[in-house]
Amino acid sequence: MRLSRVATYALLAVASIVVAFPLLLALSYSFMTESEISTFPPPLVPVAPTFDNYGRVLASIPIGRYLLNSFAVSSAVVVGQLVTASLAAYAFSFLVFRGRALLFFVFLSTLMIPWEATIIPNYLTVRDIGWLDTYQGLAVPFMATAFGTFLLRQGFLQIPRELWDASRIDGASSFHFLRTVVIPLSRPALGTVAIYGFLSTYNQYFWPLLVTNQTLMRTTQVGIAQLRFEESVRWGLIMAGVIMVAVPTLALLVLGQRQLIRGLTAGAVKG
Amino acid sequence: MDAAGHDARCLYDAANVMRWTARDACSLGVGLAYLLPSFLLFAVFVFIPLGRTIYLSLFNTRATGAISTFAGLDQYIELLTSAVFRSGLVATGLFALYTVPVSIGLGLVLAVMLNQKLRAIGFFRTTMASTVAVSAAVGSIIWLLLFNPSVGLLNYLLSLIGIHGPQWLIQPNVAIVAVSITTIWLVLGTNVIVLLAGLQSVPEDIYEAAHLDGAKGVRLFTRITVPMVSPSLFFLLVVDSVQVLQAFTQIHLLTRGGPVDATRALVYSIYLDAFQNFQFGYASAQAVVLFLLVLGLTLIQFRFVESRVHYQ
Repeated sequence: MRLSRVATYALLAVASIVVAFPLLLALSYSFMTESEISTFPPPLVPVAPTFDNYGRVLASIPIGRYLLNSFAVSSAVVVGQLVTASLAAYAFSFLVFRGRALLFFVFLSTLMIPWEATIIPNYLTVRDIGWLDTYQGLAVPFMATAFGTFLLRQGFLQIPRELWDASRIDGASSFHFLRTVVIPLSRPALGTVAIYGFLSTYNQYFWPLLVTNQTLMRTTQVGIAQLRFEESVRWGLIMAGVIMVAVPTLALLVLGQRQLIRGLTAGAVKG
Repeated sequence: MDAAGHDARCLYDAANVMRWTARDACSLGVGLAYLLPSFLLFAVFVFIPLGRTIYLSLFNTRATGAISTFAGLDQYIELLTSAVFRSGLVATGLFALYTVPVSIGLGLVLAVMLNQKLRAIGFFRTTMASTVAVSAAVGSIIWLLLFNPSVGLLNYLLSLIGIHGPQWLIQPNVAIVAVSITTIWLVLGTNVIVLLAGLQSVPEDIYEAAHLDGAKGVRLFTRITVPMVSPSLFFLLVVDSVQVLQAFTQIHLLTRGGPVDATRALVYSIYLDAFQNFQFGYASAQAVVLFLLVLGLTLIQFRFVESRVHYQ
């Protein structure tokens, strides 16, 4: 029995190291000098760890500004999604009106349209209204979410109907009920939508690549990728940049794991 | 808040009224008011652009994106006869074929390992799910280092077990494998999470019963585990395929569609034709093809989910 437990842990440890290997390697290389990286055989861990690469990233690209841009845009998208999706999910759960089912279907139909299939007209729109190189150009197109609305609706439907009836009898407005009862009771679902929205916006690459040209408007993902296209590739420096860009999302994974898992599995387990 | 206060009366028991009344119109108005922000955004950034994509695909366009002459189905005919587009479709197909089964299979193996009640299992779960938080750009850059012929570790590690590694990003047949490996790693975290949740929703007594019947090891896995998580497997089959169809970042950072168009998958091809060659009409026709493929996959999934909801 003891032995099989040891074997189980050994297996788990090996699998974890294999899966995490690329990330661990990036971390390790970020502490190596360029000359150490180019030795053969390729080293696994730095002989004399140094923070120099991090200093050089700060000196060679405005990574602070990239992080600020990414945080500003992702936060704006999260706030926007929470507002639009709460309002819509509320209409789809508590309010009763004709055509509701049809409208809900129209909502869900957006899930079948890949963003890349509409990216050309969207680029032309954003360009024509002068939103290239702006936060609104990066954020506004993503401020509505059918998936988030769907998730919140599931949460809202769990709220006892009696609360709604009582509030109606008291003569409170429907908006008042949303603000004072539904929202406070739905924090977990709102958390899921927020984390999901933040992560997917922060990690975007294609759209920010298209709609930003100025260095100072770039997001982390596009900014860090520019290092790859430089003439002399400095791997230690690039890996330091990669770590700086990846840390916020990895922290979010550790802190918001439960909410994230709820979001990812919403469509898969119970249909 | 005047309007909001007013709706309290018009909404009340609107459900009981079968005919259209003033109260119905009023409740519809209130409902639409709540839906307006989302609908406005969907109209401007989803529905109208989809219409414009289809419209653009029927025209020749100038480099500015402005429409010049009507092309009818010419763009589509050009697509179907283009060797470049065909090799792009082949690349997309190979990419899906290499990526989807392997990432789901690996995900299932890891999820089974993680579905145990052990001390510190949470740590292993977080570690193996970690790639869910890694962006495509970050992952691609790290793999770019691993594939690098001079400083990359991958071929060195392979040489330790006697394998002479290929020139990952230079040989056409291998470049698509390199892009696939990167993508497998990127989607692995999601697959582990979804499959682990699937495994955890399997009732314990099913395993106990199977155990009493003498089912063990591989048999238990193929006869009990796989069928019980088949909804999750199917979900991932669709989701991962759609992800592969939408892949852009990995290709942009690893291969730029090359060598000789070997990794020019659908979305990368749209990017090249629209934003490098400024042929917006021709690129839009490809975007319509992408839309139809994703639509087909999603419809299959919706049907499947619907048929499953009945016996819950």
